[in-house]
Amino acid sequence: MPLSTPNDPGAPAGRTESYDLVVVGAGPAGLAGAVAAAERGLSVALLDGDAQLGGQFYRHPAPGLGAAAPEALHHGWAAFDALRRRWEGSGGVHLPQHHVWTVAGERAATPGAGADGASWVVHAVTGPDGDDERSVAVRGRAVLLATGAAERHLPFPGWTLPGVIGAGGAQAMLKSGLVLPGGRVVVAGSGPLLLAVASSMVTAGARVPALVEASGYLGYARRPDVLATGPGKLVEAAGLVTRLLGRGARPYPRHAVVRAHGTERVEAVTVARLDGDWRPVPGTERRVPCDAVAVGHGLVPRIDLATALGCETRRTVDGAVALVVDPAQRTSVPGLWSAGETAGVGGALLAMTEGELAGTAVAARLRGVSVARPSARTRSLLRTRARLRAFADLMAAAHRPGDGWPAWLDDDTEVCRCEEVTAGRIGEAVEDLGAGDARTVKLLTRAGMGWCQGRVCGPAVACLATRGGRGAEQRPLPASPERRSPAVPVRLSTLAALDPDPGED
Amino acid sequence: MPTRHPTAASDVIVVGAGMIGAACAYYASRAGLSVTVLDRGPVAGGTTGAGEGNLLVSDKEPGPELDLALLSHRLWLELAPALRAEAEFEPKGGLVVASDETRLDALRRFAKAQGDAGVVTVEIPGDRLHDLEPRLAEGLAGAFHYPQDAQVQPALAASHLLRAAGARLRLGEEVTALLTGPDGAVRGVRTANGSRLHAPRVVNAAGTWGGAFARLAGTELPVLPRRGFVLVTEPLPRLVRHKVYAADYVADVASDSAALQTSAVVEGTPAGPVLIGATRERVGFDRTPSTEALRRLALGAARLFPVLAGVRVMRAYAGFRPYLPDHLPAIGPDPRVPGLLHACGHEGAGIGLAPATGLLVSRFLTGTAPGLDIRPFRPERFSPELLGETA
Amino acid sequence: MTRNIPYTVRLQPGENMPRRLGRSTDPRPPAPLSLVDARPGPPVEFTFDGRALTALPGQSLAAALWAAGITSWRTTRGGGRPRGAFCGIGQCFDCLITVNGRPNRRACLVPAAPGDVVTTQEGHGRAALDPQ
Repeated sequence: MPLSTPNDPGAPAGRTESYDLVVVGAGPAGLAGAVAAAERGLSVALLDGDAQLGGQFYRHPAPGLGAAAPEALHHGWAAFDALRRRWEGSGGVHLPQHHVWTVAGERAATPGAGADGASWVVHAVTGPDGDDERSVAVRGRAVLLATGAAERHLPFPGWTLPGVIGAGGAQAMLKSGLVLPGGRVVVAGSGPLLLAVASSMVTAGARVPALVEASGYLGYARRPDVLATGPGKLVEAAGLVTRLLGRGARPYPRHAVVRAHGTERVEAVTVARLDGDWRPVPGTERRVPCDAVAVGHGLVPRIDLATALGCETRRTVDGAVALVVDPAQRTSVPGLWSAGETAGVGGALLAMTEGELAGTAVAARLRGVSVARPSARTRSLLRTRARLRAFADLMAAAHRPGDGWPAWLDDDTEVCRCEEVTAGRIGEAVEDLGAGDARTVKLLTRAGMGWCQGRVCGPAVACLATRGGRGAEQRPLPASPERRSPAVPVRLSTLAALDPDPGED
Repeated sequence: MPTRHPTAASDVIVVGAGMIGAACAYYASRAGLSVTVLDRGPVAGGTTGAGEGNLLVSDKEPGPELDLALLSHRLWLELAPALRAEAEFEPKGGLVVASDETRLDALRRFAKAQGDAGVVTVEIPGDRLHDLEPRLAEGLAGAFHYPQDAQVQPALAASHLLRAAGARLRLGEEVTALLTGPDGAVRGVRTANGSRLHAPRVVNAAGTWGGAFARLAGTELPVLPRRGFVLVTEPLPRLVRHKVYAADYVADVASDSAALQTSAVVEGTPAGPVLIGATRERVGFDRTPSTEALRRLALGAARLFPVLAGVRVMRAYAGFRPYLPDHLPAIGPDPRVPGLLHACGHEGAGIGLAPATGLLVSRFLTGTAPGLDIRPFRPERFSPELLGETA
Repeated sequence: MTRNIPYTVRLQPGENMPRRLGRSTDPRPPAPLSLVDARPGPPVEFTFDGRALTALPGQSLAAALWAAGITSWRTTRGGGRPRGAFCGIGQCFDCLITVNGRPNRRACLVPAAPGDVVTTQEGHGRAALDPQ
């Protein structure tokens, strides 16, 4: 029996449906959490911007495309399929195409207050891109934020040319739309995702003339200690490389794409060898013709909803900002749980592990069950999590961007794609005006003030901002996570039509 | 570029690298003093970076704050044109609209009094409103145009004033103690990294944290935060030309300035987004989003400019206005700590009032006559037992 | 909301290759459609800047435009430079496009619908609001 049913009479009046648990994000972490909670008797709403379950990792073609074998583009599809079936039998409510823009805390006095006295209203806009007229609010006694990750980008001259796309973006477009950005796709950047992307591109029929990896390519795979902790069969990556080579993909370890050429779209790239700090080594440049570039430097957690609520964060090994969670996946804000990439990027298996831990913990909390003696299953999940987190940290360290990457920027390289702010202008703000952090650079240059609100340029701007300049002889400025609210754009009319708060008059 | 002599003494240390601190540094430097500016965070990291950059006379009733605003208005126009351009100074003018005849009458009386105090006001009849603001809602009774109202981009204004001041800038460095001599007079400050910076005068320009700094300095100033939210829309063509707000806001000002709550104030920016302010709440330093504040702002803005209903809000953020109980800033020397001056508590008007504040502070520092009745701004006015001694 | 791009690479080539690919004698790599054994429904017809195009049912506008060899459908506000899809997951807003007169739609998220009139978005896409 759910502890409270949707629309229970105890809930405040209005159109807001109430659940025990509201899960934001239907990827591996959110889905696993929703399943665990629903199977333990909680009423669960699972919100996601996409039309289908799966998140980015298990992104798959729309039903209209009639893909009989979506697993051909996926790894571990069976695990997802099993989880999806369990969810469908759990009685939980899936709210697809719901883009959550804010999570608002309610007063502890609210009837039906949930875990730790908190109660939450999760606000979403609807439609494929959140532009439909209808907006929705659901109330939860607990909230699980499983908002995943986004790709980290380091700008380079020409990266704004059409045809230069995110490596994850190329993968996503292929997984959902069954399309390629061109016939010859240079895959570049850093991180294990690149291998998967190159493999997908080749499998789907593209040529990969260059596979460019800034770190020591597969260096970690040669370390037996790392391999021993590795969750997957990393050694098979070597087999993959061999196969990519067979398809004409040329690997460029310790190289970077330092320039994209073209006028209306990308026609070629310059690849250069990097020194240990990722500075291009003069004289090593070579030009590689291509139709597209799929580029990315690993992933960074997406935690806008959490930081807006003041959740505590930590700096990860590779310089990203992730949420601090306890062994039960609780954030520092009572009543808010988080699982998966938000707590530190670590892959789908870790996300599912954490999701299950979170769903189990929420159920125990709301049902008042003591967790002093965790079950055998929980203990096993905790061990898996520890092992995968350790492995993720090793991977993150191996692919941490080198300090010298800004050497491949020109003064006129656009760093902020939305507001077209160049590296030169950011340099002026840092050198002449005393900006020493991303927020101040933003205030002085508009870098990060456009449509994406710095979600793309933020990590790069933060690097550029802390490199020196006026006042730099002092100790480093305290880093605080950027608060970005709303998490997605919302129409003014949607805000104007929110239910009035009677307590505010 | 500023000179860098971390250990050298200066004539004055300004604590706070926001707009007020920048203006204090600028005018002190122009008066021939050597200045060091310290901030525990970055430039414009507090209220300055969270505001819209209002230089307003329109919302002020006749009195000491309006006098300060009018002086500031003149000073903005006296700044070098290059500096004004870098601060994105826009003499856009304000438009205060009245929805009905009753409100228009109240606005007329208010504007008349302002006019007597030196504010330029022009009544715009309801049928001419669209000449000034083509996208304004239909059916409004009328408005008053305030050509002296202007806008700057506050973070740019503060950082370029600081650069023009040529002050030594020490960022990310928190003051941990005020250094005083045996007579209790200021000798400088100690900072978190152990540095001892010497100066016979210290200016508290710590904004919302000015009360905390006053306590650190062994005195008292009841500065409290008053939260405000601002909505930022997607980039748009210039469909809002002035700073536009409803007369209810003014009526509130005229009757009881403490009762201001949530009149929407709408304006365009050179970069494209429309900014919508301004709520006022006393909730401490809580930045978590308030959907009720967003609802009220959105509703108010869409009533003034129905065309905005369909555009999207990209960002909503909170800032904290530093306010004092009588809603006037504290400007001037603190008789309790010789050598300490205050320049904080400007609530939502700090960007506009900064030049006048900086000029007054520089006159105190140099012993020049302030040229304005400064009694309403005395920092010790909240400690009645002290007023007798210094009145 | 979930953005779980794969991180840990656990490639198992034999297991994940479609049967057809397993044959090393096949000289042509398969197109993405045959890879997942797709049998799409009837195509969706729409126009882009007046040009008649088709999308497979369920494909995003960005995917349909890519399939037609089109990689840019927006010009920037400042420099008037061409842009198209970048992040592919709705995060970067680079792929903004005007659909049936409504600007600022994310082409990587919005599916093509029959009869859609899709146009390149110039700058902010809100010229219609300009009072001048």
